[in-house]
Amino acid sequence: MSANISASSYKQLEQKSKVTNMLLRWFLYSVLILFASYFIFPLYVMIVTSLKTMPEIRQGNLITWPSQLNFKPWAVAWGGRGYGAGDTFLRPYFWNSIKMVVPAVVASTFIGAMTGYVLTKWRFKGDSWIFLFLLFGCFIPFQAILLPMARTLGALGISNSILGLVVVHTVYGIPFTTLFFRNYYVSIPNELIKAARIDGAGFFKIFFKILLPISAPIIVVTVIWQFTQIWNDFLFGSTFSFGKAAPIQVALNNMVLSSTSVKEYNVDMASAIIAGIPTLIVYVLAGKYFIRGLTSGAVKG
Amino acid sequence: MKTLKIEDLSKNFGTTEVLKKINLDIDEGNFLVLLGPSGCGKSTLLNIIAGLETINEGNVYIDDYNVSNVEPKDRNIAMVFQSYALYPSMNVKENMIFGLKQAKTSKEKIEEQLKKVSTFLHVGELLNRKPSQLSGGQRQRVAIGRALVREPRIFLFDEPLSNLDAKLRVEMRREIKKLHQALKTTVVYVTHDQTEAMSLGTKIAIMNHGVIQQNDTPEIIYNKPSNTFVADFIGSPSMNLISGQLVKKANNTLFIPKGSNQSNNIPIKNYNFAKPLDETSKDVYFGIRPEHIHYKKTNDTDFEVNLMTDLKEYVGHEQIITFNYFEQEILGKFPSTEKIETNKEIKLFFDLSQISIFDKNTNQRI
Repeated sequence: MSANISASSYKQLEQKSKVTNMLLRWFLYSVLILFASYFIFPLYVMIVTSLKTMPEIRQGNLITWPSQLNFKPWAVAWGGRGYGAGDTFLRPYFWNSIKMVVPAVVASTFIGAMTGYVLTKWRFKGDSWIFLFLLFGCFIPFQAILLPMARTLGALGISNSILGLVVVHTVYGIPFTTLFFRNYYVSIPNELIKAARIDGAGFFKIFFKILLPISAPIIVVTVIWQFTQIWNDFLFGSTFSFGKAAPIQVALNNMVLSSTSVKEYNVDMASAIIAGIPTLIVYVLAGKYFIRGLTSGAVKG
Repeated sequence: MKTLKIEDLSKNFGTTEVLKKINLDIDEGNFLVLLGPSGCGKSTLLNIIAGLETINEGNVYIDDYNVSNVEPKDRNIAMVFQSYALYPSMNVKENMIFGLKQAKTSKEKIEEQLKKVSTFLHVGELLNRKPSQLSGGQRQRVAIGRALVREPRIFLFDEPLSNLDAKLRVEMRREIKKLHQALKTTVVYVTHDQTEAMSLGTKIAIMNHGVIQQNDTPEIIYNKPSNTFVADFIGSPSMNLISGQLVKKANNTLFIPKGSNQSNNIPIKNYNFAKPLDETSKDVYFGIRPEHIHYKKTNDTDFEVNLMTDLKEYVGHEQIITFNYFEQEILGKFPSTEKIETNKEIKLFFDLSQISIFDKNTNQRI
């Protein structure tokens, strides 16, 4: 058999592979667009519904653009209608959530970083067991600890308070944050710590001056994770708080489920979007800094 | 007074003994290289000298002062690491003065030291760069600079050149040599590269399995290895160890290669035995380096042998020939100008003034 293929048959083969590539590419994009629209569609419906008036919603056209943009549902969802009793709106609970989420994220991230640092750079006997137990914490279903946690919060005198929720979320964040930081610090050469020790830096100095400044990527990951978890939490919020101390997800639930008169879908949709906006902002802002390997090349060639 | 003295030092990780009763000392201004295969304990020993590892038994003295329980920062040492270990978030200047700042050195003194060292190492124009913006060689220079500014009694180097490419490695090797010549500071240097060890060290301590095999000048280590491990480890290709028997007859001592008939023997004359031979016969290794097998008779001590050529490896300026010597494989190194054919018996000369003889049972030099 001849190993030489004539020039024309090469051209034919080239043409063929071009066509195949193009077809596959079209197929790929069609599938991607299909999936993307599947996920975007509900959001679209939420937004248009929140901007419609109730009569327009009752006409039943789910996907049509509102005939006239109506921002009143948003105002009602955020600030209420202005009359006294029974008027539930999100503003106070939104701030409750902020007051809960900020300290809880900061505390759990910091403790996780510290624990990860100790578990990788200041190894001691039995440290791998401690890490194993911490990992185990990631797998405990939260429902299982509701009762003991309620007793603990009661004993500490911080049940039904923002502080109580901060404590709960911090404690249950630690296994995850520790896991993140430990895995990050494991990849940082121990020689860095040795060099710092010879230079005379101690435990805290090494942490704050050497490790923390290069931890930006993992801090971002941890903050995104913790913020999303804590902000979206409903279980702990609804169990350990009620009334004025409730976080936004509980308030949203109360608003949507306990309306006595007609269901106001536009207000419900606006409230749901408001409750979801902070996580969205965190993703958009922090995602920018979510660049892997900020330290790559800094330590090794 | 010894600048550094290590006394009966033992170290184990769990049940693994990493260092076994190490004794070692260095005089002021010496360049000691710890050389050995990976896992021989050389880096652990260096970390112990630095104070980064604890000791199970024994003591470390710096200037006759027992520092076994002294913090690394108070030992008056500085260390350069394989990965350079520059602090990634700090620029070159901050990296270099971090140690001095921790030690609460005055601002003027810091500036003075920084200026002196950065001029000396030619890193003046790099001071505001981050480590990630430096090349491998520059990082190495900065890492050395960070050690220099502290003006330590002892420099510790942990395989500082292994991350560099071959060409840069040779360059940096010469720079380290120059540095030592200029500063005359005591150095302990860990490496697994024998060329590095030979060219840098004033003393080499060869380690294996947590024991120092031989601690001497590069020349003695090369020419008079104290056991078969050292003989085999140093030199490329390594020393030929021909197994056979040493026989004492009247006033003559003869070496009879294994597998030969009794007539093919090599007379051992003028060999400096560590102590006179008591036995009339002894199983030994006859050690000869590849370059001490000559193509032409060059001096009186050369002894003629006939060897069968098996294999020829051309490496540019020289060629390495594998011979069959009574079914034992031995290597010879010759200038590539000599025309040597394979699969042919040729006449060669063993330079008997350069041989080493080892006891086959103990593997020690006799």
